[in-house]
Amino acid sequence: MVFSPEALARANKIIARYPQGKQKSALLPLLHLAQSEFEGWLSPEVMDYVASLLNIKPIEVYEVATFYSMYNMKPVGKCLLEVCQTSSCWLRGSEEILEHIKNKLNIGVGETSADGMFTLKTVECLGSCGTAPMLQCGADFHENLTVEKVDELIEKLKKKNERSTYLKSLVNS
Amino acid sequence: MGKKLLLEHINEPGIETFDVYRKKGGYASVEKALKTMTPDAVTEEVKRSGLRGRGGAGFPSGMKWSFIDKKSDKPRYLVCNADESEPGTFKDRYLMEHLPHLLIEGMITSSFALGAKTSYIYIRGEYMYIVRILERAIDEAYANGFLGKNILGTDYSLDLYVHPGAGAYICGEETALLESLEGKRGNPRLKPPFPAIAGLYASPTVVNNVETIAAVVPIINMSGDEYAKIGVGKSTGTKLISASGHINKPGVYEIELGLPVEEFIFSEEYCGGVWKDRRLKAVVAGGSSVPILPTELILTTAKGEPRLMTYESLSDGGFATGTMLGSGGFIVMDETTDIVKNLYTFARFYHHESCGQCSPCREGTGWMEKILHRLHHGHGKKEDIDVLVDVAKKIEGNTICPLGDAAAWPVASAVRHFRKEFEAAAVEELLV
Repeated sequence: MVFSPEALARANKIIARYPQGKQKSALLPLLHLAQSEFEGWLSPEVMDYVASLLNIKPIEVYEVATFYSMYNMKPVGKCLLEVCQTSSCWLRGSEEILEHIKNKLNIGVGETSADGMFTLKTVECLGSCGTAPMLQCGADFHENLTVEKVDELIEKLKKKNERSTYLKSLVNS
Repeated sequence: MGKKLLLEHINEPGIETFDVYRKKGGYASVEKALKTMTPDAVTEEVKRSGLRGRGGAGFPSGMKWSFIDKKSDKPRYLVCNADESEPGTFKDRYLMEHLPHLLIEGMITSSFALGAKTSYIYIRGEYMYIVRILERAIDEAYANGFLGKNILGTDYSLDLYVHPGAGAYICGEETALLESLEGKRGNPRLKPPFPAIAGLYASPTVVNNVETIAAVVPIINMSGDEYAKIGVGKSTGTKLISASGHINKPGVYEIELGLPVEEFIFSEEYCGGVWKDRRLKAVVAGGSSVPILPTELILTTAKGEPRLMTYESLSDGGFATGTMLGSGGFIVMDETTDIVKNLYTFARFYHHESCGQCSPCREGTGWMEKILHRLHHGHGKKEDIDVLVDVAKKIEGNTICPLGDAAAWPVASAVRHFRKEFEAAAVEELLV
């Protein structure tokens, strides 16, 4: 289990941002990179690999990975649909959007569709209150949602049939 | 039209690129500061401007800068807090997405004032697409000699990096942010020592919000005294307001502090009134943490004066009849809004976001969510309302960081102003 050369180059560039002896600072960005590289979640093996890159103990990675909501501690579908449910989104109809996705994909919150394509998750405020309701998939924000827009998005993602990741945001800069 | 100091050029095509930004007068504050001013003179201008922290606390920014320990032999750091997570707040996202160079310019000028040679922008992980926008802009700034060694031929050098978080509201609290930047869980630190003495890597550090740092640019360009002429009293300058909820025109608006709340909600220039021709019921004026106010108290103070968008006017009446400007997350609710349900979404939020370090917050936020869940679902008791208020009271002031207060205040204010709705939601006695 190792990073692709492209991701490893990025990892080394990230580590170099922090002062000598403070390489642990790179942990959060490296976990994002690892999650994007290894099927959208952090297995114990992946976390151990990240620990080895930073020369820190595996427990230092586990305790951090389990604290932050963006790290998935178990496998997820190719597209993680994260529906915001906090006040501003709720005021503008996020419940209807969530119900629609549940019915359409026949899954509950926290579940993955039978084809392994979609995992549904609710999240708290993503800073899209002026364009509510919204959901995030990978690095993309899908805003001012209606049930029709959700249908279009799901069809598009199915056709594309790719894993949604943050990798482009992290690597191509 | 009010003055636009931050968003003046936001609709200019290509403003996110260095060339267009520079043509529009960008990076003038860096030239002025580095070539004609001392670091202390820059700090002095920020002090004179009366600028107050735009993240929510409203602490005078120049004073915060002056606390940095200059006697320490450790490197100093400026860290930009771009962890924008307060429900109802999306102004920093808007600014960074469309005007990345404005933030970078502010970071350079501010880092110079503080004597920082390395600075970080800590951005919430969910804004990952903006990491890319900022990094492109940073590359352009390096290529044009505004970052790196000997900026503009002076002996000042600065490296600037973007650091993504990973989904934790608590990391907007400055000491939790620093823990997170060091690669740890986002548990707030006990203060003192304050970051100005022992912050990032135990070095002298200033943490400032995105909008605060951006505001340094017009302050240096126009002078602190000129900036201070805008606004009312101790609320100087302009403020970005994130407007959301039941209004016709949600979005980010730059206002001159002192604008009447009524004008902000109902004029076509700003929110454009309540949607669907409905009546206004309540407003959360400064992000989810501040007290909710009913129509009559958000439009006028208890004394009957028009309520203004300033730190002082919004807090007039204390928590009994007032609220706070906070982050400027302005959430509007129409007459159909279920206040109990709204409070439930906030309570669920704070329970989810409590870091778990302090017992009153870890346990209390959970109990508040549970009680509101049963009230909302029609199987709460009348006594639950008092228990709810009691739990909130016991969290407030009893935690290391202000997340506990932030969770307690919305509860206390919602029950104070809308008690009848909570009573209507409760059953007389438990049926099962």
